[in-house]
Amino acid sequence: MLELRNINKYYNPGTINEMCLFRDFNLTILDQEFVSVVGSNGSGKTSMLNIICGSIPTDQGSIIVNQTDITTMSEFKRLRKIGRVYQNPAMGTCPSMTILENMSLADNKGQSFNLRWGTNKKRIERYKESLKSLNLGLEDKLDVTVGALSGGQRQAMALLMATMTPIEFLILDEHTAALDPKTAELIMELTDRIVKEKKLTTIMVTHNLRYAVEYGNRLLMMHQGNVVIDQAGNNKRTLKIEDILDKFNEISIECGN
Amino acid sequence: MLTILLGILEEGLVYGIMALGVYITYKILDFPDLSVDGTFPLGGAVTAILIVSGVNPVLTLVISFFAGAVAGVITGLIHVKLKVRDLLSGIIMMTALYSINLRIAGRANLSIFSKESIFENFVWDKLIPDFFSPYLVVSLLFFIIVIMKLLLDLYLKTRSGYLLRAVGDNEALVTSLAKDKGTVKILGLAIANALVALAGSIYAQMSGFFEISLGTGTIVIGLASVIIGTNIFKRFTYFKATTAVIIGAILYKACVSFAISLGMEASDLKLITATLFLVILIVSNERKRRVKGNA
Repeated sequence: MLELRNINKYYNPGTINEMCLFRDFNLTILDQEFVSVVGSNGSGKTSMLNIICGSIPTDQGSIIVNQTDITTMSEFKRLRKIGRVYQNPAMGTCPSMTILENMSLADNKGQSFNLRWGTNKKRIERYKESLKSLNLGLEDKLDVTVGALSGGQRQAMALLMATMTPIEFLILDEHTAALDPKTAELIMELTDRIVKEKKLTTIMVTHNLRYAVEYGNRLLMMHQGNVVIDQAGNNKRTLKIEDILDKFNEISIECGN
Repeated sequence: MLTILLGILEEGLVYGIMALGVYITYKILDFPDLSVDGTFPLGGAVTAILIVSGVNPVLTLVISFFAGAVAGVITGLIHVKLKVRDLLSGIIMMTALYSINLRIAGRANLSIFSKESIFENFVWDKLIPDFFSPYLVVSLLFFIIVIMKLLLDLYLKTRSGYLLRAVGDNEALVTSLAKDKGTVKILGLAIANALVALAGSIYAQMSGFFEISLGTGTIVIGLASVIIGTNIFKRFTYFKATTAVIIGAILYKACVSFAISLGMEASDLKLITATLFLVILIVSNERKRRVKGNA
């Protein structure tokens, strides 16, 4: 269970550009929830993810994971239990290293990076199998550097790498936004399969209302640092795009988008 | 002719060891580390004073290596913990090391010409026949550099080495792997500066003296070697980058020595060094542009 309690977050404090994003923001995410988060630009979606991961500090409030307060824990320590996939496919892989080396790196997460061989030869078959499940033919290109792959292939790898070792939370930050529609569809299906297989608690920020409605078992719509729609369970299952579109248009017009 | 060739090889191999260090910071870590201008003479200063006090020359190599590592760690700490920009961290360290090197050596010049070194000692006197002695320095250097290169290659294939390569490539991924990217950078700087100080130690033993301005322009030579090497051997994938860098250092020294043979004065050395580096930068930029234009 992940809790955000009374979060306050200001940008540019003390200047004329001071902006309050979150004021007394509260959110509880239960285990194995797959939350899709939508909202206009500047509504605080990505800031929320950054606060959870520790990429940006909060001004007040606490972040609690399974009854443990992690508010002051550094980003890299938090990410031990979190897998994160970014919008930019380049963020999740090392371009100058080969596919095999990237897979090995991800496989060693949580272990000590000592002077043992970087690639464990016995694990190569496992890597090949999981790459095969992507249906992108990457299993035959183990020695190709990741920089030579397309954005979609890289994002598929990033997703695979982020979820390779046991994690509790999967954070998806508009991870299909930079891809063409067909590849985006493929990545979404893959995401859904992995989340269900590994029973991950997932937070997915997206600008695609259809994905938000179609996938996951809870939907949040955010606006100016507040949650304006929060539907879970049966309500979420029967939710249609039209149901949230009106609200979305309303808040978008308000912002002048 | 043979003496010139040997001279080029000797200098090239010593600076090749230094270039391996610069390869780590510049190519792998993507960190323009100017502290090498201080750590190269640091190795020399440490070696000179130790040899004068009668320490075994081989041991001075090891001590210089660790002295360089400590300097690298401090550069890293300045950058990572005090959040000073990479370039400035190196400049701060380089400047501080100038005085530190003077303190270590006790003066600006320290001759160890008459002392035993790894190149001149009673063991070699007995073992090496006369006809081979002109080649002794080159052979020893070749031996050392091959060992250093192989160790570095091996290291880069370990888990720790993978992480080092990852941090220069994509910092965010290292954080995603639940590792502190700062620690990895500090480690990289330590290894790099250790290699540079080792080269400085060998250089002092080879030339028979320590001199405070020894390090001026080290970074330029290092960068030039790395850029020449990696650009020339880009197409040959079976050449490891480390090999390419060493060959780059030798080629660079050959160019410098060619320039001097054309009638430049020895005092123009740094000018030649800088100009050649500029030419290399322009040529490698030109290549990049052309490749882009064709793509």
